Amino acid sequence: MRELTLEDLDDMVLGATLLGTGGGGDPYIARLMVRQAMEDFGPVTIVEPGELDPDGLVLTVAVIGAPTVIVEKVPAGTEFTGCVQALASYLGKQPVALMPIEVGGMNTLIPLAVAAEMGLPVIDADSMRRAFPQIEMCVFTLAGISASPMSVADEKGNRVVFEATTNQVAERLARASVMQLGMANGISCYSMSAGDIGRYAIQGSMSYCIELGRRLAAVQRGELNAFEDFLDFADARLYFSGKIIDLDRRTTGGFARGTVVLEALGDPNRTMRVEIQNELLIAFEDGRAVITTPDLICFLDYENAQPITTETLAYGQRVNVIGLPCAPEWHQPGMLDIVGPRAFGYDVDYVPMEVNAR
Amino acid sequence: MSRLRIGIDVGGTNTDAVVVDETGKVIASTKSATTPDPTDGIRSALEAVISGVDKSAITQAMLGTTHPANAIIQRRELEQVGVLRLAAPSSLAIRPGAAWPEDIHRAVIGPRAIIEGGFEYDGVEIAPLDEDAVRRFAYECVGKVPNVAVSSAFAPASSEHELRAAEIIEQEVGDQLRVSLSHQVGSLGLLERENATILNAALFGVARRVVEGFHAALRAHGLAVDSYLTQNDGTLMTADEAVRLPILTVGSGPTNSMRGACALAGLSNALVIDVGGTSADVGILIDGFPRESSAAVEVGGVRTNFRMPDLISIGLGGGTVVRPAADGVVVGPDSVGYRVISEALITGGSTLTLSDISTRSGRLSGFGDASRVADLDANVVSAALAWVDEQVQLLCERMKASRTALPLIAVGGGSHLVPASVPGVDEVVRPAHHAVANAFGAAIAEASGGVDRVYRYESLGREACIDNAKQLATEAAIRSGADPARVRITSVVEVPMTYLPGQGCRVQVKAAGPLLVA
Repeated sequence: MRELTLEDLDDMVLGATLLGTGGGGDPYIARLMVRQAMEDFGPVTIVEPGELDPDGLVLTVAVIGAPTVIVEKVPAGTEFTGCVQALASYLGKQPVALMPIEVGGMNTLIPLAVAAEMGLPVIDADSMRRAFPQIEMCVFTLAGISASPMSVADEKGNRVVFEATTNQVAERLARASVMQLGMANGISCYSMSAGDIGRYAIQGSMSYCIELGRRLAAVQRGELNAFEDFLDFADARLYFSGKIIDLDRRTTGGFARGTVVLEALGDPNRTMRVEIQNELLIAFEDGRAVITTPDLICFLDYENAQPITTETLAYGQRVNVIGLPCAPEWHQPGMLDIVGPRAFGYDVDYVPMEVNAR
Repeated sequence: MSRLRIGIDVGGTNTDAVVVDETGKVIASTKSATTPDPTDGIRSALEAVISGVDKSAITQAMLGTTHPANAIIQRRELEQVGVLRLAAPSSLAIRPGAAWPEDIHRAVIGPRAIIEGGFEYDGVEIAPLDEDAVRRFAYECVGKVPNVAVSSAFAPASSEHELRAAEIIEQEVGDQLRVSLSHQVGSLGLLERENATILNAALFGVARRVVEGFHAALRAHGLAVDSYLTQNDGTLMTADEAVRLPILTVGSGPTNSMRGACALAGLSNALVIDVGGTSADVGILIDGFPRESSAAVEVGGVRTNFRMPDLISIGLGGGTVVRPAADGVVVGPDSVGYRVISEALITGGSTLTLSDISTRSGRLSGFGDASRVADLDANVVSAALAWVDEQVQLLCERMKASRTALPLIAVGGGSHLVPASVPGVDEVVRPAHHAVANAFGAAIAEASGGVDRVYRYESLGREACIDNAKQLATEAAIRSGADPARVRITSVVEVPMTYLPGQGCRVQVKAAGPLLVA
């Protein structure tokens, strides 16, 4: 058990932007929320699942909606406390802790603000350790755990709680609710016992995110060997340094799909193509897939090592393309069915990162 | 008789002025040191540049100035601002002024309130505007602060609540409060737009003094002309508008410089390198406008959603220090800066700088005494030049958006360092009058208008939505003074809304055109 410091928070924001793999929403707003919540309600405590009563109820909490809307309709706070209260009241049990469902993008930080306000600890775990666009794309689905009952709430006091037969149906019901509730909402789902969190969640995600961010911050400060240390920590690799020479974006069925083509700095004959669906999903070097979902593709600004989100990609931008292996908890039967390249409609085989590294 | 326009640029170091005719030809130019009270500099630059010019032919005067930017950076002359946000119950989790540096927060932010009002993305009210709360806030501010910044959720698309709030404040307290409205200031992104709106209101006093000084200088020279200030995007607003929207001028310096350089060279698509005493900046112009950086821009430590030109800077300038080393040379990153006029070898000093290298190699002549570097080691000279050439090539490579070779325009006091040819660059152009590129950029600026909102493509179709945005941008440009016959769309950006079904899309369109001359 430990208290989160403001310094941790800055590192966590940087780590979360990186783990957003180009998506997940800019954590900037979430950071401001956490700061205000800590000012108003006091510090937040991070705990391991083993420190809690194994039968105690744990609820996830996250923002669901469109990042473009969230930057304009900034959170109230009540959409998050509201969805947690709604689900707790449906279950007839109060939570002993909150947990992020997604450590990657703004959802990394949302539970911290809610936890400060509700006086609950946050568990150092999650179910993705990167950003993914849909609720069922998590290791809980692999473990056969149901996303529902789940709740969606807005800032005005509207709340819905529903049960679904599969996690895929739960995802559709949640999006449909969001469409009617202003596209910037709180969601709570995957209610579990602290004991089950210890068994089925990705452990240590928050600490990993903070450590990753801390190392990336050292890179940004230009510290000696910081880049090597950053890569070592994440078992990551620099795949490509290039400049965006083509960018094609379109929206289909709620997904901002796109393709970005990079040309190597100093070698116009080498190109990398990266396929986007909200997040960066597959990187091809000279036609061959080299990094594939669920492993992480991250664009870092060539000048200042700031992670770049897909919404701000632009012609001529200079980027380093980094590959990070996904959390080891992902590697179990069924992974490729829910988060492999084919789950996103690409006729490409998963290429484990270790194979590449050799 | 040709109509003439004056362009004036007040920079951190120099105040430049030019007189330009309708074809873009420079009739007169001047360059002088910026004065502690910048209006003195404007007056003397104006005096120098119009002597010998037919004053009756001058119809317009354009000013680009760093006054407002410096006021923010140095926390000087800023006025206090009451901050009213119309968005509750949304946005309560983040108070106005969150993440502002403490010193400017203290200097600027007065009473704050988040009250009911604002809109959803689709134009539905989040809540009806709480008009009583607006009245209460106005009375709370009177006597405490001279200005109020009003921002509502989705104001760029739905400005009704902001306009109504301004009307109520005016009815209640009249001119005891001056009001800045967010939809006039910034684009989507409530917190950043609110920040920009607060800064805008804090600059009201500075803006009034700048514009009054500008007008007084024009009057003192008997010039009864239309007056304009240049904005961050390289286009104009009237001096009267600038009094209400000074924040829109804070980034105009680099934009004017790049646009001026390109126009002086007669090009609209080119790379521009501006080499000074300490650093070199490279940018790119596409269809006459600088490509903008995608990162959020901080002004004086406050995050805003303005876009500024995408520039890469490195430590390469006329004053950059060169040190011979075992295997060649070490160049920079330190520089003697403007002291190159006394500290370089050629100017009688004792520091080996890139200006000395440039002189020895013949790239620079007519500055200092070339005989002082006649004995320089040829290996040192060639190693330093090789470094310079490589850096220039790398900068150009990194800035270019495609493989197509582009011309490179070299400007600035240190531009002699730029080699005559650069791999990947068509040709190196060194336009006449490049020393006053900033003022020239101001003189040739156009009027513009823009729109930034969320459209739902499934209801009207993409084409109709884009056409609507183009129409609104064109109308806005014409309202700003653009010639309706010559206004054109200068940029269309579509950013699809992620993570939701349906085809919501943020559309940003800008239009610009030459000023309509009566």
